[in-house]
Amino acid sequence: MPPAMADESRTGQMSAWVTPGRPTSAWSLFVETHPVLVFTLPAAAVVFVLMVFPVFYTVYMSLHSWFASSLTAPEFIGLQNFKRAFTQDERFRNAIWLTLYFTALATALQVVLGVSLALLLNRPFRGKGFFRSIFLLPMVATPVAIALVWMMMYNPTLGVMNYLVGLVGLGPYKWVSDVRFVIPALAAVDTWEWTPLITLITLAGLATLPLEPYESALIDGATPAQMFWRITLPLLRPTIMVALLFRSIDCLKTFDIIYVMTAGGPGFASETLNIYTFQVGLFYFHIGYASSLLVILFALVLGVSLILIKVRRGAW
Amino acid sequence: MKRSRSGESPWTYILLAGILIPFLFPLAWMFLSSLKTQVQNTAFPPVWVFPPTLNNYREVFVKNPFFTFTWNSLVVAAGSTGLALVLGLPGSYAIARFKRTGIALAILTARMAPGIGYLIPWFILFTKMKMIDTYTALILTHLIVALPLVLWVMIGFFEDVPGELIEAARIDGCSNFSAFLRVALPLVKPGIVATAILSFIFSWNNFLFSLIIAGFKTRTLPIAVYNFLSYEEINWGGLTAAATIITLPVLVLSLFIQKHIVRGLTFGALKG
Repeated sequence: MPPAMADESRTGQMSAWVTPGRPTSAWSLFVETHPVLVFTLPAAAVVFVLMVFPVFYTVYMSLHSWFASSLTAPEFIGLQNFKRAFTQDERFRNAIWLTLYFTALATALQVVLGVSLALLLNRPFRGKGFFRSIFLLPMVATPVAIALVWMMMYNPTLGVMNYLVGLVGLGPYKWVSDVRFVIPALAAVDTWEWTPLITLITLAGLATLPLEPYESALIDGATPAQMFWRITLPLLRPTIMVALLFRSIDCLKTFDIIYVMTAGGPGFASETLNIYTFQVGLFYFHIGYASSLLVILFALVLGVSLILIKVRRGAW
Repeated sequence: MKRSRSGESPWTYILLAGILIPFLFPLAWMFLSSLKTQVQNTAFPPVWVFPPTLNNYREVFVKNPFFTFTWNSLVVAAGSTGLALVLGLPGSYAIARFKRTGIALAILTARMAPGIGYLIPWFILFTKMKMIDTYTALILTHLIVALPLVLWVMIGFFEDVPGELIEAARIDGCSNFSAFLRVALPLVKPGIVATAILSFIFSWNNFLFSLIIAGFKTRTLPIAVYNFLSYEEINWGGLTAAATIITLPVLVLSLFIQKHIVRGLTFGALKG
């Protein structure tokens, strides 16, 4: 951290309205004796209202039947919503499967590609800063704009993707308009967006690796492949696992690109749990059922996180 | 892990180009398409060399209240970022200085919950309070993303402030509050700038919350572009011009904070 504090004008300006050093009023005395409370209370109160209220509301509503458009009060129905989801709702089962399929595919692609690119890039070259800036762009670009340009590229008749795959004698494909292709095509967009994140995280991890294990491995006559599998990968594992955790949590909740590009279609072929919940809650206004789907989605997110945390701790 | 200097051969640069081009291509294609006429955009095989036109950009602004959408996006992004900083900075300072990691973990759990879980209850409440399509409602929902972001990322920056400096200020008679304002805050200035830009980008890009909470008066840019998509008869030139207008400020802003982006995107868990 550079010492940026030698800014006299700024400090001088502030002292005009800052509480002077010695506590004088009852309020400043209170700040002195309860600093954590005073400093965190505003943020904690707002987080509580903004985020904890919806959690209680959702859990409460998940046990009720209620349409936002109706005039009657919510009716308590116990666990009926959950029973309906798991036993009667074909669309829900489809959504669960698609969510897991999309998440597994996108996360696996990103991690394998991201780590491979990092290993390729882990060498000295000029213009590292420039490379990095360009590489960051996919993940900060506005998702709606990304979805739009990929839709255009995926266009079955005029899109540049069919032209490009045509150059190597493949296609034409219908990409997101094809029931079998839609999830891999969407996973490709997510992979394009987020592979750079994994690469940058892995590069940062590679930069901190100790040299000694490699030196002793060289003396023992280890091959580069052995060094990669026996030294680099185990040392990188914690970094990769945290990246994997973050990406899989976000993939389970992917909304923007799927909603803009397919809205869950064709048919229900890309309707993940998040999209389905959105439709049930904010299109059909069935708040009770949507709330129970939300509880299930959150349980899924938590479950995946716990599994990954466990895997990270134990042997892999 | 060090490699020999032989890494810097022409092959390195061919490799770099080979990696960069696929990641750059969709954004470049978006920009190129925004400079093409409708005929050029619907040509197959695609046109690569053409005389550029700015007509699409002119049309976006003439045919739509695009300045209003931009203003709406600015108000919401600036409002939620400002509020998140005012509320979050003292909080993250206290969490870092007095090591209250429990609070921090609770906030991380909140980040894991799906956005719709927050959106549905707030949608119901805002409808009842007749607050749909107001800046207040939009800023509050965007704060759901911005406040945890500021808290988490700033904890990392405040932890880098040497505790001795705060102690010294306290011994010299600084109150807790002025130690925070006059010693800690100036030291984390670069962190505040980075966090503010990140929070601004998150709000600017936000689609889900604005889709439901924004209405005709407060429509933000992403929603405006999404609506073009449903109404316009695939006018790719206009659509990509609009997409370029939204994305460009974000791309430029991100260049200023490239060192901190990975930290922000992983909520401070990882440094890139």
